[in-house]
Amino acid sequence: MKDMDPFVFLVVFQEMLGPVLWLLVALAVFGLAGFLIVVLREGKLDSKRLVRSELIGLLGGVLALVLAAKFTVSGFTDAGGPVDWLLVGLIWGIGLAGTTILAYAIQGLAPCRRCG
Amino acid sequence: MISEKGLHLGRRDLLRFMGAGGVAVSAALIGPKMAGAAPSPVSAKGARIVIVGAGAAGLSMASRLVQRLDGAAITIIDSRKAHYYQPGFTLVAGGIKPKDYPVSTTAEYMPRHVTWLEEAVAEIDPDGNKVVTASGKQVPYDFLVVAAGLHLDYASIEGMDVARIGQDGLGSIYAGPEAAFATWGAMSQFADTGGVGLFLRPNTEMKCAGAPLKYTFITDDHLRRRDNRSKAEIIYAANNKVLFSVPIVSEKVRMLFRDRDVKVRYDHIQTGIDLGRKVATFATPSGPAEIKYDFINVVPPMRAPAAVRNSPLRWQDGPWASDGWMEVDKATLRHKRYPNVFGVGDIAGVPKGKTAASVKWMVPVAVDHLVASLTGGQTTSSYNGYTSCPLITQLGRAMLVEFDYDNNLVPSFPGVIAPLEELWITWVMKTMALKPTYLTMLRGQA
Ligand SMILES: Cc1cc2nc3c(=O)[nH]c(=O)nc-3n(C[C@H](O)[C@H](O)[C@H](O)COP(=O)(O)OP(=O)(O)OC[C@H]3O[C@@H](n4cnc5c(N)ncnc54)[C@H](O)[C@@H]3O)c2cc1C
Repeated sequence: MKDMDPFVFLVVFQEMLGPVLWLLVALAVFGLAGFLIVVLREGKLDSKRLVRSELIGLLGGVLALVLAAKFTVSGFTDAGGPVDWLLVGLIWGIGLAGTTILAYAIQGLAPCRRCG
Repeated sequence: MISEKGLHLGRRDLLRFMGAGGVAVSAALIGPKMAGAAPSPVSAKGARIVIVGAGAAGLSMASRLVQRLDGAAITIIDSRKAHYYQPGFTLVAGGIKPKDYPVSTTAEYMPRHVTWLEEAVAEIDPDGNKVVTASGKQVPYDFLVVAAGLHLDYASIEGMDVARIGQDGLGSIYAGPEAAFATWGAMSQFADTGGVGLFLRPNTEMKCAGAPLKYTFITDDHLRRRDNRSKAEIIYAANNKVLFSVPIVSEKVRMLFRDRDVKVRYDHIQTGIDLGRKVATFATPSGPAEIKYDFINVVPPMRAPAAVRNSPLRWQDGPWASDGWMEVDKATLRHKRYPNVFGVGDIAGVPKGKTAASVKWMVPVAVDHLVASLTGGQTTSSYNGYTSCPLITQLGRAMLVEFDYDNNLVPSFPGVIAPLEELWITWVMKTMALKPTYLTMLRGQA
């Protein structure tokens, strides 16, 4: 690998995912913005909702790992060194954080009283 | 984690998987720091640049030259309409990717404002500064880039018939996407029944010298996953006394072969094959030798295509003369006797570098020197022989092997991804990230 700058990463991701890259970006922006809007509007983090979101997030992390395994036709059982475990953690972490934020935002924005 | 069924996953699966990770990574990337833009183009009005070959190197050269030059007349000559991502052949033949995975079209990467002559070059006349196409058309140039890849010389193996790949245990992952897929059929059958699996490499320069080794490991793992390893004997016939030209890598492969019970026959050069009797013939220091097989992966001798081999551009003496590789300076890729001619990719007669990864490093160097010549400028840009080979050692793991002309390891991620270590992350890179990286290289973006 020669020029490893953000632009190269971006075009490689664009090549890998096509238009879905932008869908994912939109989803990330929506999740983060929604989360911020809810937190700013309420002036605090709702702990009940956060715990619920984190539980959903745990599942999101697992789902990320399952999909990683499925798509790479391999999986964390193939991990052979420390960097592999780092990658496993990263995939799980990204799945967890992404799902948690998204779940929190959706619950906060949904016009449903029981969703708190 | 691999089941023998359902190895094939489509783009949609990727999209689903990338969901979580993609969001975060891509969000982080779309910052204001859009680096990587090419320098602003210089005027080259009237300059005629001809590129022979529209493969990995030819298309990447064309894309970069269009970015760097304003007003140059760039012509690329190649009769091939299909484009092949050749590193994908190994994955198809390994049952890891579907048949069409390596296939796309030349047209989709052809930069705008480049003229594509859809025929083969028959003759190169560097004294007359022109090339002649198969239909007799003369194309004059001021600068010539030769990127014609290499010729797979199956005909020099007595008894070999490319049309029979896939039948009677005959495999060959090099001959093209169909052959790679047919090879998967033959290998999969072998993994069900066992017997003798015979693997080898030719005694010439070759593209991706790691591919025959990878395929040996992949076959071994398929046998193991089907509980048939004990029914099989795997033999690797090396053309000389080593398993890989870089000593430290050769030693590592020797240890892995010992671990996987792969038997090695050194100094074995394939000369013929009897497809009916399933016997391969080898030249050895003690005379001809035969090895019976139930499955074989034939890797043919590789030489420069005839148009280059029969031209004055070939090496006149030394190790690369007999197979007709181009006599270029190994640092600048400029022809040693014709300074307005460059040789990029597999065709270059240099000590290493017959991989797509090398093309990625060669192209910017050749472009810098060509542009400097055209504008009367200077450049210190130089190619160090960088070659990379993610060596699959089992389904799910690979070693990232990167080296230079001097057999030094030159890891891209020192301290993070250790070279010569069998890792999942390297497998993930090889199966997911390398093709997109390659395709962006063709477009001059990476
Ligand atoms: C099985 C296999 C596995 C591989 N694995 C890897 C890997 O893991 N990693 C890696 O980096 N690389 C790998 N490679 C090597 C890589 O694909 C090549 O090194 C790379 O494609 C070289 O690019 P090139 O442009 O020189 O040649 P090519 O991409 O082969 O292009 C040559 C072009 O020249 C054209 N041509 C030939 N003769 C003429 C003529 N007379 N007139 C006009 N046009 C002509 C051809 O039609 C072709 O389009 C592998 C290759 C194979 C076959």
